[in-house]
Amino acid sequence: MKVTIKYFGLVAEAADKYEEVLELNGALIASELKAQCLNGLSIADKDSVQIAVNQNLDDTTTIKDGDEVALLPPFAGG
Amino acid sequence: MDKKKPKKVFVQGAIPPEKIANSVANHQSKTNIGAHSIFLGQIRADEVEGKTVTAIDYTAYEEMAEKVFHEIREVAFAKFDITCAHIYHSLGKVKVGELCLFVFTSSAHRKIAIEATNFFVEEIKAKVPVFGKEIFEDETHQWKVNK
Repeated sequence: MKVTIKYFGLVAEAADKYEEVLELNGALIASELKAQCLNGLSIADKDSVQIAVNQNLDDTTTIKDGDEVALLPPFAGG
Repeated sequence: MDKKKPKKVFVQGAIPPEKIANSVANHQSKTNIGAHSIFLGQIRADEVEGKTVTAIDYTAYEEMAEKVFHEIREVAFAKFDITCAHIYHSLGKVKVGELCLFVFTSSAHRKIAIEATNFFVEEIKAKVPVFGKEIFEDETHQWKVNK
């Protein structure tokens, strides 16, 4: 299955990309996908990164074909 | 009522001070309003290890942010007896001293408007996927985190 991964802020900076399409095999829950995407990236506090699946913050969701996944560092609005 | 429609929140660059005056002027015909409450976020020249912040470069997960802004509006209208609410947030580079957030609520009475504005600001800071790169005078940067 194919999923689109979007990177933002310090995560995009560490990954050196804003977006990619990943081909995944087998069932994966969001928290596992997050760990996989962040693996090897130079980010001091990986626990502070949240994952959104189709714009919802829920790291227990099972990833499905066509999902849009976003890796979101701490919010800094305002 | 226009309160159910998702509204465009993001503006490119700083929010011009004239926008605040114009927003107030646009509400003078709404005579059921007795109180406006306004919050303005301004970029602060923070000092970090001897370097001074000169600007914040804002980015956002825009589609999700617009959705969350809309959800916050829905909750606010259910929770507070406000007649209208407007939110504007900057994207891109905003220099120190310039405005990056404008929250404007109106109600018949002051307490409701003040509480609603406070609610909007706290919710926006906690829930909206906006990211801020604090740029120092030597062009280095660090990532802002809301406290």
